Amino acid sequence: MSTQIEKPFAITLDRNTSLANHTGSWRSKRPVYVDRLPPCNATCPAGENIQNWLFHAESGNYEAAWRSLTENNPLPAIMGRVCYHPCEGACNRGQLDAAVGINAVERFLGDEALKQGWAFAKPAVESGKRVLVVGSGPAGLSAAYHLRRMGHGVTIVEAETAAGGMMRYGIPRYRLPRQVLDAEVQRIVDMGVELRLDTRVDDVLAMQAAEGFDAVFLGIGAGIAKRAYIPAGDASHITDAVSVLHEVEDSQPLLGRKVVIYGGGNTAIDVARTAKRLGAEESIIVYRRTRDKMPAHDFEVKEALEEGVKLKWLSTITEAGEGNITIEKMALDAKGFPQPTGEFETLPADSVVLALGQNVEQTLLEHIPNLTMKWDSVQTDAVMMTSHDGVFAGGDMVAGSERTVTVAVGHGKKAARAIDAWLRGELYQPAPKHEPATFERLNTWYYADAEKTVRPVLDIIRRQSTFDEVVGGLDESNALFEARRCLSCGNCFECDNCYGVCPDSAVIKLGAGKRFAFNYDYCKGCGLCAEECPCGAIVVELEDK
Amino acid sequence: METTIKFYQTDTFTVGNRLLSEAERSVQAGMQRTNALNSGHRACQGCGEALGARFAVDAAMRAAGNDLIACNATGCLEVFSTPYPESSWQLPWIHSLFGNTAAVATGVAAAQRVKGTKTRVLAQGGDGGTTDIGFGCLSGMFERNDDVLYICYDNEAYMNTGVQRSSATPPAARTATTVPVGQHPNGNVFGKGKSVPLIAMAHEIPYVATASVADLRDLEAKVTKAMSIHGARYIHIHVPCPLGWGADPAHTIKLARLAIESGLFPVFEAEHGEITGHRAIREQVPVEDYLKLQKRFAHLFRNPKQVEVIAQLQAIADRNIRRFKLLEKRGAAV
Amino acid sequence: MLKQIEGSQAIAEAIGLCRPEVICAYPITPQTHIVEGLGQMVDRGEISPCEFINVESEFAALSVAIGASAAGARSYTATASQGLLFMAEAVYNASGLGLPIVMTIGNRAIGAPINIWNDHQDSLSMRDSGWIQLYAETNQEAADLHIQAFRLAEELSVPVMVCVDGFILTHAYERVDIPAQEQVDAYLPPFEPRQLLDPIHPVTIGAMVGPEAFMEVRYLAHYKQMQALGLIPELAEAFQEQFGRDSGGLIKPYRSEDADTIVVALGSVNGTIKDVVDELREAGMSIGSLAICTYRPFPHKAVRNALEHAKRIVVVEKSLALGIGGIVATDVQMAVAGLHKPVHTVVAGLGGRPITRDSLRKLFHRADAGHLERLEFLDLKHDVVHEEIARMEAGRRSGPIAENILHSVGTVASQIR
Repeated sequence: MSTQIEKPFAITLDRNTSLANHTGSWRSKRPVYVDRLPPCNATCPAGENIQNWLFHAESGNYEAAWRSLTENNPLPAIMGRVCYHPCEGACNRGQLDAAVGINAVERFLGDEALKQGWAFAKPAVESGKRVLVVGSGPAGLSAAYHLRRMGHGVTIVEAETAAGGMMRYGIPRYRLPRQVLDAEVQRIVDMGVELRLDTRVDDVLAMQAAEGFDAVFLGIGAGIAKRAYIPAGDASHITDAVSVLHEVEDSQPLLGRKVVIYGGGNTAIDVARTAKRLGAEESIIVYRRTRDKMPAHDFEVKEALEEGVKLKWLSTITEAGEGNITIEKMALDAKGFPQPTGEFETLPADSVVLALGQNVEQTLLEHIPNLTMKWDSVQTDAVMMTSHDGVFAGGDMVAGSERTVTVAVGHGKKAARAIDAWLRGELYQPAPKHEPATFERLNTWYYADAEKTVRPVLDIIRRQSTFDEVVGGLDESNALFEARRCLSCGNCFECDNCYGVCPDSAVIKLGAGKRFAFNYDYCKGCGLCAEECPCGAIVVELEDK
Repeated sequence: METTIKFYQTDTFTVGNRLLSEAERSVQAGMQRTNALNSGHRACQGCGEALGARFAVDAAMRAAGNDLIACNATGCLEVFSTPYPESSWQLPWIHSLFGNTAAVATGVAAAQRVKGTKTRVLAQGGDGGTTDIGFGCLSGMFERNDDVLYICYDNEAYMNTGVQRSSATPPAARTATTVPVGQHPNGNVFGKGKSVPLIAMAHEIPYVATASVADLRDLEAKVTKAMSIHGARYIHIHVPCPLGWGADPAHTIKLARLAIESGLFPVFEAEHGEITGHRAIREQVPVEDYLKLQKRFAHLFRNPKQVEVIAQLQAIADRNIRRFKLLEKRGAAV
Repeated sequence: MLKQIEGSQAIAEAIGLCRPEVICAYPITPQTHIVEGLGQMVDRGEISPCEFINVESEFAALSVAIGASAAGARSYTATASQGLLFMAEAVYNASGLGLPIVMTIGNRAIGAPINIWNDHQDSLSMRDSGWIQLYAETNQEAADLHIQAFRLAEELSVPVMVCVDGFILTHAYERVDIPAQEQVDAYLPPFEPRQLLDPIHPVTIGAMVGPEAFMEVRYLAHYKQMQALGLIPELAEAFQEQFGRDSGGLIKPYRSEDADTIVVALGSVNGTIKDVVDELREAGMSIGSLAICTYRPFPHKAVRNALEHAKRIVVVEKSLALGIGGIVATDVQMAVAGLHKPVHTVVAGLGGRPITRDSLRKLFHRADAGHLERLEFLDLKHDVVHEEIARMEAGRRSGPIAENILHSVGTVASQIR
């Protein structure tokens, strides 16, 4: 029939007329969309929005993912290799099967960016301000990158002949290939950052005054090896980890066939594995306490053991002689501290490498008046400014932080934001953090079962003899798989569940990337949407009154 | 469709999945879904039937290219969707009586045949209107193999009249007419009731399936499949009723899911009288997990806990699991 | 075309000429021959396009017709007696929804005791259901009324029952003029529904209506019935123009213009009554009759006009409102209210008891003499009744009345079972 028919009264109704009935008035509780802070983001020292870049990676939009990642961290290819990824330790998926391989995906994105030649945009507007960055380690690079993004002129001064700081002179190339490091540094330089190599600065304030920098960021690291007194004969060969790892960058340090490394941190492991690659028959780590007390990360210890590195725990070196050392056995007391037992042993050792930690070089700091220090480190305020107005600092040189590449990157970012505010005469106020997205808030039913993807590991024979990269990257399909294991804790990932499960069709779908909105005219407040939201991005609140 | 990526984060468990191609997405995920049963209806908060009806009718609408007529039995769905002067329906819809819906649908289908249209016909009702009072007409429609898709929204009692027992009420459930006192301290007695899906299969009609609001993709797939077939088809959808079951309105889907995962509500499909597929249990749970969220079973958990009665219910679930091979991933329909 | 034909077959052929699109059939004596005939016509392609559906009950039969009609198909079914009661809920529903379904009632008694023979208890039980009820006097009229019924139903969007006495008409062979298809097509236009289940213009049919509008819905249903009072005579007149026959209408007075006694009745018994009237007129009695063709809506005005000069009114009806008496008589009384005329109820022919000329003649003589009671039972076997009443008074466990009476009248019970 072509025309609307004349309907009988009351028992025949026009369609869809119930829209006049606003059932929202029944509601005593209302659902509200929220964003919560996922544990990965919360624990990332670099402040990466991991959930967000995984969201883009899930759909295979790797460039968008990389762009999101580099909002916070300009070094993803490096990060994907050297970060100790506390994010994975915090990952809620760990309570389901295994944590999402965030670090592996990050590396994939970093490598993909290098492969595709994705570049950082130059700032649209120049602020006219100039900032001096001392040190081209992760803190300095990160600060320089973020400052440049904000339109500031940046000059990095670096005492060494190549940029990278401890990333170059502390991390062996089997963990961080130098072409990766070079490429990620270059990408920052390409934004218009000036990089002066072989430029040692002792009086930074003088340089600032001479060249008219508006602010200063210090990222000089902690490059002085700590020494311990070990009675030693003249013929004994005692060196330190910093020197060995620095030397190996340009030459082949001579450590001999039997090498003893003294210490229990990641640096000790790096040296032990490096020694193996330099041809040592025996590479033995001597450590005062037990393996489970070692500060080194377990996976690095595991990889070292696979490569033939030996561990001798509950031992201290009491004397170094020619071709051997004497160690004393230790025992843990009731409080877990090692105590000498008076039991001694001799080990053959062509050289002893001390890996007992590092100190900050003081020369530059001594030139800055009124600098508040804590031991050898610089004390900064909450936004990375030192006690000297306009001088900011980050990375290994500042007090109270873990000395890792990722922490340094985070410092650089925070300092850059603070410098930007300071240059405008303001105080940087970090945005308030969302409520944590805890495991209990998830409806894990909705996630497909999927074990973590294992990255390919270099064959053991090759690992012992070459500096080739030990851990490989994920291929594209693996990376995509891994990204898709993300639960998107606390942040809508547009699964359409709320839109689908509402018995009242009171959820409005706004379209791809735009999420959803509640139609409170019809929402009766049943709470099904919140209950069935996989990622816990809906809360139910009591209505006012 | 051949693709190298086999994993989709939430697979098909969620309503939508932005990682799937448009063609693979659910009807309910679409911005263009019909909302055949639209906002403003007067169903209770968290109504499983309202949800199941929109799921099913929207899927049928897509399958029919919106060329669809619905016939509705008296009951909650009818009452909450069409009180004068407001209708929530977007498609041509008729309500005649409580017990005659299948027959009305037969008439509508006959009219389409005689007029040579391609318009499809859907009939729907609750468990009372289907398994009890409408059963004669339903069986007649089946037996004649009339071109009607009949959908039963099973909330396991007469909810519209105030929660009285139907032949779909599970054993031990409390209803207004199976109060757990006196001679029947455990509520609805064991050994009664009927499975209309199995009876439908005995008619050897082309398609019979069970489905649940807890598995939208399975439900949509079944409605779509049913719509691809002509002749009498029957889909029995489990739709929790927060009011009648004494449950949190936010738990509607959770309860439906627990009913599947415990084995109490077997999800399967059959063609011409033979079972052709089942939905495998994903994470088996004891029936207790399902029962304890509902006040209609609260008497089983009061001091002393009715361990034996719960075991009897578990035995029903276990029998379903054996009978419909619910733990076998192979041969699963979806 | 004139045919010597069984009533059911004549009805079937008339329905066939109306081009029904959906026919639902469930067998019940004495309606069976009608739907059998229709089924064969559909099978032979004489009615096409048409869906003939064998359903599982009368309830389903009318329900299928409801669905088909709402979907725009001209729909028809037929039933009788128990079948009509079994579909009662749907009877009210069809009229409530305003669906122009036509249904033949092969009038038959209602049990218990079960009885397959003719009376009017079945259709009269549905007198308030909102259906128009037309009663046929002859098989010619039965056939003709169906043609008028479809037009009436569809013009008003109201369902129509055509009531045909079981066996007396349905199984009787008479000469019936079966019209030509062109004539019927000229009289009955194609079905244009007032409301339709149409995917292009979707509507919701059968809403729940509460106190705020229910009265108005019911009033409008009543209003339609009142409209029918005007339309029915028009359609009968148009029918006469088209087919050259006087069939249907509201009432049919016979020799009643100057009659002191007017006998009122529904259906086929009017033939017998008219014969007796002729006989008694010959003998000089002032008597006439009035056939009520349209019982619902009840044509009060027409009936009053036809009866206002009579001295007495005798309603011969094949129904009994237990506990009060006449059903038709009550309506007739209302029609002549205020005229102060005696209205006598004569319950006759229940369960197929023959209404003979002899009995009627005696009845009318008593009426003419002013000896009729207010309520009479024609040919009631008073002795049997008294015997049973006595038995019941004698003991609590007196047994089933029907069995006892069968024993009293000497019939073997097993023949009826």
